[in-house]
Amino acid sequence: MSRLMQPVLMLLLLLMALSPAWAQEPGLGADTPTPQTADVPAFEDQDRQQRYVGLLRKLRCLVCQNESLAESNAGLARDLRRIVHTRLEAGQSDEQILAFMTERYGDFVLYRPPVRPSTYALWFGPAVLLLIGIGVIARMVFRRQAPGDRPPLSEADRRRAAALLDENEGRSDS
Amino acid sequence: MKFAIPLAVFIAVAALLYMGLGGDKSRVPSPFIGKPLPTVDLPELHDPERRFTNARVSERDEVVLLNVWASWCPPCREEHPVFVEIADDVPLYGINYKDARDDAIDWLERLGDPYVAIGYDEDGLAGIELGLYGVPETYVVDGEGKIRYKHVGAVTRTVYEQTLLPIIEQVRREATPQ
Repeated sequence: MSRLMQPVLMLLLLLMALSPAWAQEPGLGADTPTPQTADVPAFEDQDRQQRYVGLLRKLRCLVCQNESLAESNAGLARDLRRIVHTRLEAGQSDEQILAFMTERYGDFVLYRPPVRPSTYALWFGPAVLLLIGIGVIARMVFRRQAPGDRPPLSEADRRRAAALLDENEGRSDS
Repeated sequence: MKFAIPLAVFIAVAALLYMGLGGDKSRVPSPFIGKPLPTVDLPELHDPERRFTNARVSERDEVVLLNVWASWCPPCREEHPVFVEIADDVPLYGINYKDARDDAIDWLERLGDPYVAIGYDEDGLAGIELGLYGVPETYVVDGEGKIRYKHVGAVTRTVYEQTLLPIIEQVRREATPQ
């Protein structure tokens, strides 16, 4: 394996190790089972029903904090589902309903934290770390390749090397 | 010198993880600290004809405790004797959360009623206005009706003396001009 390939493969392995994390984002996957969304009557309007389920998936149940409102069976989650339902019925927008929730429960109620200065580290930290990692690996690779690292061969060395190579070639030819 | 950078990285990561260990992650920071108490308008527990409102909580123009409780909630039972003891030191208002009215009144008759007034939040909607996510919760509300602190969980003697009382005393000092 060439010296150049090694770090590149390492980087690829690292990237592969990262990928399962995307599959685990809670509450946002479209295929998350939502057994609890049926405790209020479904909207006749299909569009509104979809918005209802979508909102429930975006909101965290504050009692069972690893469940979204769509999944949780806690009493509070049921109450909050009812509130989302009545507010949708009253014609409120998704933004209005999410604002109602964050005013009372803070950003914590949202599974997807908003991008603002206090969450920059959260949103951009991984990308920054990745760039730093790529930088470190790139430095390792280029330092190894740099010709300046090796002292130049003296004329005597060069002749010795040529002699050795000749000897070798002579042997393999025979 | 060769290990300076890895060592620095290690210390930084260790410090970050150590900070992550501290504190109870189930505690949700309240967005209401320093903000006025949300609008509360409930029937009173003892007398449904009367209303329990923000004005009622602020009627004395002084710092009060607002405690959300229920007769079905074990930690509420645990903190109740503390409230009975301190009722003379700081006015205590209550919101009875998703309870049966008879159960709540019976509970108070058996254990004592330290509350100046209690609102009856039958469907839990007032609790949601407060950003409540479990009972008991106890708020320090200043004379202007602003929430100064929120405690989640039972108010034990220790919690009262070490957490709530210093805040109450600070609010009192602010209220009395030197």
